[in-house]
Amino acid sequence: MSTLIVTRRMSEHPADSHTMERYLATGGYEQARRAVTTMNRDQLVEEVKASGLLGRGGAAFSAGLKWSFLAPERPAYLVVNGDESEPGTFKDRQLLERDPHQLVEGIIITAFANEVHHAFVYIRGEYPKPARRLQRAVDEAYERGFLGKGIFGTDYDLEVTVHLGAGAYICGEETALLESLEGKRGEPRLKPPYFPAAKGLYMKPTIVNNVETVSNIPHVLAMGAARYAEVSSSPDTGTFLMSLSGHVRKPGNYEVLHGITWRELIYEIGGGIPDDRELKAWIPGGASAPWFVPEHHLDLEITKDAVAGAGSMIGSGAVIVMDEDTCVVRAAERVVRFYAHESCGQCTPCREGTTWMEMILRRIEEGQGRAIDLDLLVDVSDGISVGLNWPPKMTTICPLGPSAVSPVIALKDYFRDEVQAHVENGGCPFPQTRAPAGASA
Amino acid sequence: MTTEREMVTITVDGEERQVPAGELLIKAAQDTGTYIPRFCWHERMAPVGMCRMCLVEIETPRGPALVPACTTPVNDGMVVDTKGETVAKAQEAVLEYLLINHPLDCPVCDKGGECPLQDQALSHGPGESRFVEFKRTFEKPIAISELVLLDRERCILCARCTRFSEEVSGDPLIEFIDRGNHVQVNTFPDEPFRSYFSGNTVQICPVGALTAKPYRFRARPWDLEKVESSSLFDTAHPRIEIHASHDQVLRFMGVDNDATNHGWLSDKDRFGFQYISSEDRVTVPLMRRDGDLVPVEWHEALETVADRLGLIKDESGGEALAVLGGAQGTNEDAYALSRFARSVLGTNNVDARMDDALASHFLAATVDRALISDLDTADTIVVWGPDLKEEHPTLYLRARRAAQDLGVTLVIVHPRANGLDDRAALRIGYRPGGGFALLQSMAAGEHPEFEAAIAGKRVVCLVGMTDLADGPKLAESVAAYVRSKAASCRVLPLNSRANTYGALDMGLAPDLLPGRVALDADAAHRLVSSWGDIPTRPGRDTRGILEGLASGEIRGLLLVGADPVRDVPAPGVAVEALEAAEFVVSIDTFVHDSNRGADVILPASTLSEKDGTVTNVEGRVQLLNQIRRPPGQARSDWSILEDLAALISAPMGLSSAETIAKEIAEVAPAYTGVTWDLLDWDRRDGVVVPMEGEAPLTYIPVVLEGPGAPQAEFTLHAARVMYDDGVRLRHSPALRKLAPGPVAKINPADAPKLGARQGVKVRLVTRHGEGEFEISLDEGTPSGVVYVPINQRGGAQLGTDPVVRVTVVT
Repeated sequence: MSTLIVTRRMSEHPADSHTMERYLATGGYEQARRAVTTMNRDQLVEEVKASGLLGRGGAAFSAGLKWSFLAPERPAYLVVNGDESEPGTFKDRQLLERDPHQLVEGIIITAFANEVHHAFVYIRGEYPKPARRLQRAVDEAYERGFLGKGIFGTDYDLEVTVHLGAGAYICGEETALLESLEGKRGEPRLKPPYFPAAKGLYMKPTIVNNVETVSNIPHVLAMGAARYAEVSSSPDTGTFLMSLSGHVRKPGNYEVLHGITWRELIYEIGGGIPDDRELKAWIPGGASAPWFVPEHHLDLEITKDAVAGAGSMIGSGAVIVMDEDTCVVRAAERVVRFYAHESCGQCTPCREGTTWMEMILRRIEEGQGRAIDLDLLVDVSDGISVGLNWPPKMTTICPLGPSAVSPVIALKDYFRDEVQAHVENGGCPFPQTRAPAGASA
Repeated sequence: MTTEREMVTITVDGEERQVPAGELLIKAAQDTGTYIPRFCWHERMAPVGMCRMCLVEIETPRGPALVPACTTPVNDGMVVDTKGETVAKAQEAVLEYLLINHPLDCPVCDKGGECPLQDQALSHGPGESRFVEFKRTFEKPIAISELVLLDRERCILCARCTRFSEEVSGDPLIEFIDRGNHVQVNTFPDEPFRSYFSGNTVQICPVGALTAKPYRFRARPWDLEKVESSSLFDTAHPRIEIHASHDQVLRFMGVDNDATNHGWLSDKDRFGFQYISSEDRVTVPLMRRDGDLVPVEWHEALETVADRLGLIKDESGGEALAVLGGAQGTNEDAYALSRFARSVLGTNNVDARMDDALASHFLAATVDRALISDLDTADTIVVWGPDLKEEHPTLYLRARRAAQDLGVTLVIVHPRANGLDDRAALRIGYRPGGGFALLQSMAAGEHPEFEAAIAGKRVVCLVGMTDLADGPKLAESVAAYVRSKAASCRVLPLNSRANTYGALDMGLAPDLLPGRVALDADAAHRLVSSWGDIPTRPGRDTRGILEGLASGEIRGLLLVGADPVRDVPAPGVAVEALEAAEFVVSIDTFVHDSNRGADVILPASTLSEKDGTVTNVEGRVQLLNQIRRPPGQARSDWSILEDLAALISAPMGLSSAETIAKEIAEVAPAYTGVTWDLLDWDRRDGVVVPMEGEAPLTYIPVVLEGPGAPQAEFTLHAARVMYDDGVRLRHSPALRKLAPGPVAKINPADAPKLGARQGVKVRLVTRHGEGEFEISLDEGTPSGVVYVPINQRGGAQLGTDPVVRVTVVT
């Protein structure tokens, strides 16, 4: 549990882990130099494939495989997704702020492996400090000849552009991000035909990788694919960052090994629930993930397949814990409100449906609920995410709408009685003084 | 040029279908009999998959999946369910979502009765809504331009209008703003939806969110009578449906067809119908008595005209008579006029052009004349002629699409900024009047980029006059030059007046006879047998006729839908001619500057009031249909002429438009085989003449001599724009106020040296005329050029000489 890879430097050198000096003193840019001067695309793709590294943006897709899908047309682009906007997720922020050179080195290797000469880092608009830190690291890398023309004395050129978003959750969705980067409205593209690996940024082949994924790349090379793959005994290799928040004694970012259980995460790493209250539910992988409850999921292992088998996802690794005093209707309303607010408005079910769901939940919470409302809510949700499963069978262009349905799955499966209590009670039976769980308003 | 598409087999609702490979599922299903509901998808625009109404289920290796049929291409073996439980539930859900915020104000909505939302709510929607909360509200409606109003409550955000404006017309003036449930369509601040094509968004809006002023609250769809016809502003003759109720024309709708307009219309073609119902129409014969035009009986007017024309003919011969016009009517009217002039008046002094057009043989019979659809398949399109956006809206949209979506290289040669510049691969400018000099420098190898774009390529060449200074010879020379370099060159010689091509084909030019026959050709004999004796000496063109009137050599003039005072570019010539004329009779729909002093005005019918055919820029003959009675005692041109013929000499024997069409098919070689039956039945796209046999006349353009580039500080670019003070627009209230008026546009860099600012008055003086204009600063006009839109209310005509002197009026 204590194997640190991407957070080792910031843990060991908290004062200056973000500086070029510290980075170079701890082996920095050696892997980028090695890759650019001695390796080729095929070797690098194979190495990353063999490492088993999974994408950390939410879909947990093999990074090496993704690289191998890049269409042959050139130019190709690399876009690093730093639009970390999933409620409860704050891991990329730490990587950007406290180890930006690690990301830059990962970018160099990833770009070289994919024959990219221009990489973009898209950072959420609310992250000015992480963006400043990264920009400074990029500038320093240019000064040292790690970026720009003929890097590391080779004939390989690489430009890196750091771009700040304008405050839309949907721009974390990779195709909406590309639209936004092109200067258009941040709206997801149709897949098919617009798979980024074939028609991405400016309709050219594009690799879109998460900040954490790219930050892992130098370590895959430094450790070698085989050793990296062995760090974790679970089928999912390496470590991953979990952002733990809500009703736990020790909230924060933790770099953990795949394969620990939820019980270990919440009670050991997180230190358990304050005042020893009972655990009621938790969101296992960012606000879009269907909720887990202790009766069914506490001893489940945290691996991609185990969590998926239970109908949810590790997603971006954001865990939001809710204790026994949490009103799940209010929590659900808060999550749904977020998605309704962040819907791009492009497709009908998401634009209209999420707002309708929010209205129904608010009515129930505020005492205007009717006995039929839960069924209505489920049916409205069904029009967005058919069958209310995860991964969703979507009627929408992108998964934002179905994400809003996730809390409703929990209300339907685990908290029918609590919803009914709202109806019978003429409003929320919980104390009104408690801040809503899950998301800060 | 079309290649056979490979066919694949798909299964739709258990039934196997053969469909073209790669076709979108929604279209493949529709073409084989299964309608999948939709809002955002439009056949003429790229799919966006936004409304989600067309969700269907297809079988995939991972089980059944819901996909939008509008973005899913078919592949062999695809199994599709369009009606099953999952699909029905998804479609029902989408409709319920769309309706929760829809105001359901159908009883007061213009779209009610022809509304896709209504129709599909009925066919695919839930019976009732479960929504009990408050609906989204907006101020309604808001005017987003002088013509279009927007009701954001009714809007279902399908992006048809925004896509049309951006992708099809190239005027991205409306957009989505805000996000999520607050998304709305709107214009940018201080930038109205001032597009020449805005009416199309009203037509394709699947709800009543966009409405157009001329039709709002005028009718319910179920009360409308409809006939198909063509619009006559755009010389591509875009296909329309005329909707009328109680004998009043209420709107024109674009009709989708592959040949011409793809369903789109310019706002002039769409809303320019208002003149038809104008109170100012001439509805009874008018005759001059004691200096005033007063209503008289038809017989009195006809007898007077017959007496006077007959007298002049007897005294001075047919050469003392002349006919101007004929381009506003049908081919049948034009044929009757042509025959009337030749066989009754005995004159070849006939011209449908207004001294601002290319040579008659080039317009009527150029070799390798292009089809509009050739634009789609060319390697290169060369436009050296008018700004297509201003004068040829259908060609503008087609050329834009070809360059934008079909990979065609677009070359624009024009003195100033042009509506297609943003899609042009190459753009070459020149000072007004310098066209020949430019062409010579091209021939001398000084423009290799132009040569590269045409040499060895399959070129479609759209040529005409970029402005009055170009004169009629330049376009022909351009066509000849491109022809000499290209692998193949198809040409469209451009003219922008109504049915000019049809009129020329019917012989309304001093050197042409019906059916594209040269006056001196042997084929002329074919006419003589049915027409009797006709004069053989070539007649005068418009300029010659006006000069002949002024000098007294011509004594009598018949104007047919012609307003030379406004239309002839040289100022004063027409006024002088009309003042000197001994007898002027006008067959027209309105009193205007040219017939206000006439001796007799005979009321004519117009579009929607008569059947007939017209011929467009590519030689396509299409049928117009009548839907209302002409107002008052107005009649079709041909029947007026038939009566006059009987009174002057002997009847021509013309008894109906359709029998005239039969006569045309018999005597006019290029029109052999063109019968109304052929045009009426399942041939929506009409026919291109000549249909069979060799073209009777083939004109091969040649490089002609032209003037050198003018040397002057300022040169005048006088060009036609979409909205002017033409007779029909003047009487169409919705469009009249859109004309720019008498403005002179100059580059901002030229303002200081002239001491001019935006809005100040300047006096423009040319060799031919002078007048006052308001300065408008315009980046699109190059330095040293003064751009004046012609035929504007209150604006003087400045003639064809490009040298202009500019002085600020203090």
